[in-house]
Amino acid sequence: MTTRLIRNANLLGQDPQDVLIADGVVQQIGTGLTADGATELDATGLVLLPGLVDLHTHLREPGREDAETVHTGTRAAARGGYTAVHAMANTFPVADTAGVVEQVWRLGRASGYCDVQPVGAVTIGLEGKKLAELGAMHDSAAGVRVFSDDGKCVDDAVIMRRALEYVKAFDGVIAQHAQEPRLTEGAQMNEGTVSGELGLAGWPAVAEEAIIARDVLLAAHVGSRLHVCHVSTAGSVEIIRWAKAKGWDVTAEVTPHHLLLTDELVRSYDPVYKVNPPLRTEADVMALREALADGTIDAVATDHAPHPAEDKDCEWAVAAMGMVGLETALSVVQHTMVDTGLMDWAGVADRMSFRPARIGRLAGHGRPVSPGEPANLVLVDPAYRGTVIPESFATRSRNTPYRGLDLPGQVRATFLRGVPTVLDGEPVAPEAVAGAVA
Amino acid sequence: MKRHLVSAADLSHDDALLILDTAEEMAQVSARAVKKLPTLRGRTVVNLFFEDSTRTRTSFEVAEKRLSADVINFSAKGSSVSKGESLKDTALTLQAMGADAVVIRHGASGAPLRLAESDWLHGSVINAGDGTHEHPTQALLDAFTMRRHLAPGLGRDLSGRRVTIVGDILHSRVARSNVLLLATLGAQVTLVAPPTLVPIGVESWPCDVSYDLDSVLSKTDALMMLRVQRERMNAAFFPTEREYSRRYGLDSLRMGALPEHAIVMHPGPMVRGMEITAEVADSPRCTVVEQVANGVSVRMAVLYLLLGGATLADHPTRTNAEESTK
Amino acid sequence: MTAFHDEGAAPRAPHQVLDQSDIARVVTRIAHEIVERAKGAEDVVLLGIHTRGVHLARRLRARLADITGRDIPLGALDITMYRDDLRLKPARALEHTEIPPGGIDGRLVVLVDDVLFSGRTIRAALDALNDIGRPRAVQLAVLVDRGHRELPIRADYVGKNLPTSLREAVKVQLAEIDGGDAVLVGDRDYAARSSQALAAEEQSGDAEQPSAPHLPE
Repeated sequence: MTTRLIRNANLLGQDPQDVLIADGVVQQIGTGLTADGATELDATGLVLLPGLVDLHTHLREPGREDAETVHTGTRAAARGGYTAVHAMANTFPVADTAGVVEQVWRLGRASGYCDVQPVGAVTIGLEGKKLAELGAMHDSAAGVRVFSDDGKCVDDAVIMRRALEYVKAFDGVIAQHAQEPRLTEGAQMNEGTVSGELGLAGWPAVAEEAIIARDVLLAAHVGSRLHVCHVSTAGSVEIIRWAKAKGWDVTAEVTPHHLLLTDELVRSYDPVYKVNPPLRTEADVMALREALADGTIDAVATDHAPHPAEDKDCEWAVAAMGMVGLETALSVVQHTMVDTGLMDWAGVADRMSFRPARIGRLAGHGRPVSPGEPANLVLVDPAYRGTVIPESFATRSRNTPYRGLDLPGQVRATFLRGVPTVLDGEPVAPEAVAGAVA
Repeated sequence: MKRHLVSAADLSHDDALLILDTAEEMAQVSARAVKKLPTLRGRTVVNLFFEDSTRTRTSFEVAEKRLSADVINFSAKGSSVSKGESLKDTALTLQAMGADAVVIRHGASGAPLRLAESDWLHGSVINAGDGTHEHPTQALLDAFTMRRHLAPGLGRDLSGRRVTIVGDILHSRVARSNVLLLATLGAQVTLVAPPTLVPIGVESWPCDVSYDLDSVLSKTDALMMLRVQRERMNAAFFPTEREYSRRYGLDSLRMGALPEHAIVMHPGPMVRGMEITAEVADSPRCTVVEQVANGVSVRMAVLYLLLGGATLADHPTRTNAEESTK
Repeated sequence: MTAFHDEGAAPRAPHQVLDQSDIARVVTRIAHEIVERAKGAEDVVLLGIHTRGVHLARRLRARLADITGRDIPLGALDITMYRDDLRLKPARALEHTEIPPGGIDGRLVVLVDDVLFSGRTIRAALDALNDIGRPRAVQLAVLVDRGHRELPIRADYVGKNLPTSLREAVKVQLAEIDGGDAVLVGDRDYAARSSQALAAEEQSGDAEQPSAPHLPE
């Protein structure tokens, strides 16, 4: 395997260092390093971070390969600086059996751009009625530890309690999509001033907060781990802060779009802004940024949700919910958190790599950049300024809310166990990574 | 005026008065033996109705025909729309047919704006009611009716006139458009409904809200009753029809509490016995039938002002160039 | 305000061809002619064409009342919706059309306008009349006939025949809206303008500048 010497990288945004990689492992860190025959990479001005880990990715395969495949999705992930993604269970068929999660896991291995950790469904068919075989999915080759009915809420309190209890046997976690279904029947957007004016059925904040409040109490009661997906309201932040203060094992994620966009954008009725949970108000955005900065929210997760053009090129009410996000996540986080002074690059590494890997119990990811650790690394140019051009994305879909927006930062290179998956800002050729990573 | 009429908020004070004044001239035409003007000869107007609405479609159709436009009725029922053809493909089809304007009624809020802002279609888009969003021509005909009774005369607005709108505000596109337009025209609007039928965020609307109909009657110049669909009862918006009628329905007793000059309006179709008693509906103070006639005049005015002069269809290259440099 | 929108080199200054007393005399003469030709003007209805035609019709009515001792029915006609050049500019605001209570059926309608030029306005007015009723006959009275007809239309009563070139603009000012009575003629750089530009200019003149020159209909 090639030996690589990364020169003058600002490790976690600190002073320039050289990093020597060989055999998929970080060998040496220091200044003025030399190595015979090493491929050198000038990283002057670039920030070196541990490879990013996404807790919430929809890869759509199997079933909706017209929107995304594991191959195109992991290419997009690598281009966004990710070395591992958690693939959500709402595929067709649903990832509620060992067979389906193993299939997704194998497709990830074959792709080679990024590790794919399948998420298992909590209930059969995401129907919220009957627990799926959680143990079998854990025991499979995929080694599932994160379970979620994402897209749907596990709204039955008894089922949720049982799931939380059951996964304790293998240190699993239930990642809840918090949405009280009765309060959100037909919901189209955040309920508030804008929904009233636009005549779109509202998705009230309380529908999220009521479920989170119930679930943190349930998790405390049974002594299990709860992870809250895509927190979107200031009220949810308060509940999670309270639960953490109690010492309960509750973690939470926020999406990049909820850190930047508000429901004012819905005034265009352009379904590119239609997402679940919906875009909220500016007060919510500010509360989420603050919570991410102070650690109340543990992780940034993309909720990358690709959709084919026809599912967005239509009237709002019939459009699909979701946005692609893998390739813009780091830029949005730099824009909203780093450039605003709320977080430094070490904070970015923590919220986008260390903590998500720990929540997912993902071995080999989210490790410090130090000798002996797997060389899962990403080099970011924080000085870059560019316009978002969806047509240049690696994902198969184009449903980004950032089209035409100027965002900072660009992933220059990504390494998965020492193998470059992205160089000069673009994914390497498929054959260069397929099977290259042990 | 803008090129489209999607929301009552698209209309400035001057625009709104221009439409009302023009509608007065159009009303004269409707009173003649020959109820026809050659103004829109050669223009094609498509009535694109994704929802059944015989009243609104007929009103537009009469208005279009009185202005000599070529009228195409494209209804979702029995067309490819019901077979899953998208709004986009429908719009592209109409564009290919050379539609100069599309009058659209759609169950989804925002569909007319999508159409207007897309490049699927180059003609003017007129919103004939979208979901629970807006119905601007209804608001215009209501304002026209109010002006005739409460502030007659060309060039006059509704300054100081007090309008009370009662009923299912939450699901009403008529209420939304009326609040916006009436505020533009200087009227004071009060919405009256049970709290369950008032949208979240109504504080930001240019109007007052009351839960008590009786307390506002004596301070009302025009009382607009909205239809309340019986289905709402099943969704627990109110306990029973009887209770709704008792608290928010208009009967003779309540009508008697209105000032002498006040009018009673209803956008139709009325649910007699629910929000309005038959006695009130048939009283001379009730302007329902007049509103229908005024609907034609107002829609003629809108069509004339949007299509009667130079349009994109006449100079596509020039206007496209202008738009692309915006 | 430049009354003539002159853009060409050294245009001829506008000069007055009729003054206040000329116009008064002309209106009186036309009133006498109407009485004479319409045999006492018993079934005459005057219809002024917006904008200045309406004011002229009102003056004619006053003269006719002096002569005949009777009130002649008077109306106003906005012919915008019948114009043949609607597509050349944005939609125009409408003026108030008012048909006298007795209507026009079986009457002798005298259309009144300030300047007769291409004849297109009168063509539109005849179309409008056709939709309003069935007059016994229609006649036309104009203050000025400047020639250059584009349609087979002629006036029955002409205040003044004014031979003009197409390079010239004729402007009628009436005290009711222009502050004084006068008919002026001046140069305009006609050839350099497209009909579209002229049309656009006419509109701004009609809507915002009451003293703008009279342009081809």
